[in-house]
Amino acid sequence: MNEVLKLHYDVDGENFTSAGDASVNVKKKLRQMGFSPDVIRRVSIAMYEGEINMVIHACGGEVDVFIYPEEIDIILADKGPGIADVELAMKEGYSTAPDNIRSLGFGAGMGLPNMKRYSDEMKIESKVGAGTKITMKVKVAGE
Amino acid sequence: MKVNDIVTKLSLEVLCGDTSREAGGCYIGDLLSWVMSHAKCDDVWITIMSNSNVVAVASLVDAACVIIAEGVKPDPEIIALAQSKDICLLGSEKTAFELAALMPEL
Repeated sequence: MNEVLKLHYDVDGENFTSAGDASVNVKKKLRQMGFSPDVIRRVSIAMYEGEINMVIHACGGEVDVFIYPEEIDIILADKGPGIADVELAMKEGYSTAPDNIRSLGFGAGMGLPNMKRYSDEMKIESKVGAGTKITMKVKVAGE
Repeated sequence: MKVNDIVTKLSLEVLCGDTSREAGGCYIGDLLSWVMSHAKCDDVWITIMSNSNVVAVASLVDAACVIIAEGVKPDPEIIALAQSKDICLLGSEKTAFELAALMPEL
């Protein structure tokens, strides 16, 4: 694991329209590096859901992406309100998104479940009032 | 079947993008997370949403094109954004149901 590409993004919490720029950028990078469409799709969707969550719930945050030949790690960190009940938040269909967010097509309660679905490992560290850190690993299937 | 053939068959308005791409299937949905987890690469995506997140989702799932149904008109900025991300946006006055009913075998 010595060849590593590190990418860092600041997610702007005020700007709903630019949400997704970081994931689309990562997608482009992974494509240039020759990763398979399946890996690219999983990484970019998992990361996009994380970005959107940060904008909806945490006034933005930071994303670090580490690209290794055999896996891609995505670390999302914010200083938002934290998740009081992680198990409940992981339930498909459960959402605390406000109505204005729902009218944009979000708030289906699918964000965290999608992140789990598309990553091979996901760890949520969250403290109410302090913030949330989510670490996701997407493994590159060996030939 | 190419996007261009679908444009002709369904009398769609081309808002931007390349219509020469091959379409592999069709998906209808407005909840973006749901679309992201269920739509497939090369799908024609039919929705009534027209905000910038539609462009991001279309790009992430690698949809062949997006048909914005029911006469919903995206803002010029959204069309410009789609253009810059190589997303083909199409428009129609028809409902998603009417569009799906006319959709040729993909």
